[in-house]
Amino acid sequence: MTFADALIIWPSSPALSLIVELIIAVILLYLARWPVHKAIHSLSTIINNGLRLMARSVLIAERRVVERNKEVLLSAGAKAAERLLEREFYRVDAVVKRDMSAYPALQRKIAEQITRIDEDYRESTEMPVPPPDWVKAVDTLAKLPTRGDSWIGNILNEIHKTAAAQYKNTMEEYRKAVRVRHSLLERMMPYWRKLSQTLDQVDKTIIGLHERSKVIDSRMDEYEEIRKKSDKAARMLSSSAMTQFFISALVLLIAIGGAVINFNLIALPMSEMVGGGSYIGNFKTSNIAALVIILVEVAMGLYLMESLRITHLFPVIGHMDDKMRTRMIYVTFTILLILAGVESALAFMRDRIAADMQALRQTLAAVTEAQPVNSWIPTVGQMVMGFILPFALTFVAIPLESFVHSSRSVFGSGLAGLLRLSSFALRLLGNIVKYLGEFLINVYDVVIFPPLWIENLIRDKTHVGDVAEAIVNEEVS
Amino acid sequence: MKRLLALSLISISLLVSGCPDTTTHSQGVYMLLDSSGTYRKEIKRAQAIINYLLGTLQSGDSLAVARIDSGSFSEKDIIVKTTFDRRPSVTNQQKRLFKQKVDDFVAKAKGSAYTDITGGVLQAVEYLNETGAGRKHILIFSDLKEELAKGHIRDFPIQLSGCKVVALNVTKLRSDNIDPRVYYKRVEQWKERIEAGGGEWRIVNDLERLESILAD
Repeated sequence: MTFADALIIWPSSPALSLIVELIIAVILLYLARWPVHKAIHSLSTIINNGLRLMARSVLIAERRVVERNKEVLLSAGAKAAERLLEREFYRVDAVVKRDMSAYPALQRKIAEQITRIDEDYRESTEMPVPPPDWVKAVDTLAKLPTRGDSWIGNILNEIHKTAAAQYKNTMEEYRKAVRVRHSLLERMMPYWRKLSQTLDQVDKTIIGLHERSKVIDSRMDEYEEIRKKSDKAARMLSSSAMTQFFISALVLLIAIGGAVINFNLIALPMSEMVGGGSYIGNFKTSNIAALVIILVEVAMGLYLMESLRITHLFPVIGHMDDKMRTRMIYVTFTILLILAGVESALAFMRDRIAADMQALRQTLAAVTEAQPVNSWIPTVGQMVMGFILPFALTFVAIPLESFVHSSRSVFGSGLAGLLRLSSFALRLLGNIVKYLGEFLINVYDVVIFPPLWIENLIRDKTHVGDVAEAIVNEEVS
Repeated sequence: MKRLLALSLISISLLVSGCPDTTTHSQGVYMLLDSSGTYRKEIKRAQAIINYLLGTLQSGDSLAVARIDSGSFSEKDIIVKTTFDRRPSVTNQQKRLFKQKVDDFVAKAKGSAYTDITGGVLQAVEYLNETGAGRKHILIFSDLKEELAKGHIRDFPIQLSGCKVVALNVTKLRSDNIDPRVYYKRVEQWKERIEAGGGEWRIVNDLERLESILAD
């Protein structure tokens, strides 16, 4: 006897049994209506409240992350702005030291030039002595008509000759004086030019300083915004961090490409040193050794950049005294140089092994060996690459620093976004559960609609009866 | 600073010299060449397979080539065997020498009256176990028709656990053409025998696809 069979009250008429059972079920459901409604409502409310609480917690966490992110951004931005300002001030200081220190000498020079120009000018202004006034009187006399008197004529002729001679002398002296003036004025020209050049130089320096001061002003404005912790500054820095993140990631990808080439250059010859058939885990020892060499090169590059104070990833190195730092520069550079030499040698060895393998393959394939054309070119090329790549990898430190710094803010923003999304999803889920509860209550009522309908009918009747009774009572009273 | 340097040097030296694992990744290949009767004509094709193996196997791997004759369970039947040096340059020299010896054998190979494949397989298992290779392959270049000399006992189970046995170029004999069931029965018998011994069985008749010989 199955469970279904047990449910049939009258086996002869299962339909009737089913109808009776359905009626019983509906009545039972009707009787249990309020407790079931309450249960569904409480369950949906509990879940909804729980989810809302979770959403709120997530939102609080998101706010904290955003605040922390902003703090990180502003702190990094302030440091960067301070560094930029410091650099600008250094530049101004350098300009002032270079140009302004020479200003007393320049001033003296200008004063000397002006004095000389002044002297020359004064000298040039001394006019030659004009012909005496009596010459004009004598000249007038000499030009008087003789009226037939020969001695008067002679006297006048003599006077005329004397006047002419005097005039000639005077003119000669005048010309000489003018020549001297001109020569003096001509001598002034280079001084004028020099003076003009010196003043131009001063002008350029002043303009340069003026422009630099404008840059400082703009940097100071930015710095003030950061110090004020304004949203504008945070937005600006966030955008800048995002740009830096992507650019540095791109450069790092390029560097990884370089490292892969470097790896391929030294992996094969490394098997000559550490053995081609040995493994560490699932990886060839030669491959791991090649990778370690590359990583050591990168690490040395990082230390070198730190020691040179180009990057600031390791405060320990940055805080070292200059003597120790210089030693570190020499040590790291020497190690890099040695590793570059080793890589160059390995690249040479790789070329030889590859050529040998190629020859062997050709022998095995019974193909006549092809004569290599200018075989020294790839050899030298590989050796040069092997030598240069370690130094090129040194510069990975710069994008790496940018990447590390910018990734803090970018990942922070990403985390905040994720938390915001989670909060929204939790709230949405809470609302869905809440309305699902209401929906279930309505569905429950739909299932037990016949007794509900009867209940409504009875209630309406009772209500009408009560109202009629109340009216009658009112009329009686 | 000194600490950093010391640490770097120690890690490099550890990686360069330390804890190498040579057993699990190396391969051991033992190739049996059937030189009996009409199959002797096929031996030139075996040369191509050996050349392929020489081109494929790397430092640390082992390779041996042995002939199948009347009594193959003997070191004397090994034509050439070697475990390649850990340095690629030396490995290349070893491969050249190996090829030379195989070429010499092919040029001077003589046919044998009987075909003791089981003896050859037993010798192969012994050799491969000695090499300590992680992956062991026994290549049987034969028509799989075993003909034993009188008194030779080979009808016992063979221990082949961890070995992959690949039958290469299993040619059809004249009798197989008359009744192909003979061929299938022969192949099936070998398969059962190898698998009963704990080995893996595979047939590669298409010698254009040599890469499938050592495929896992």
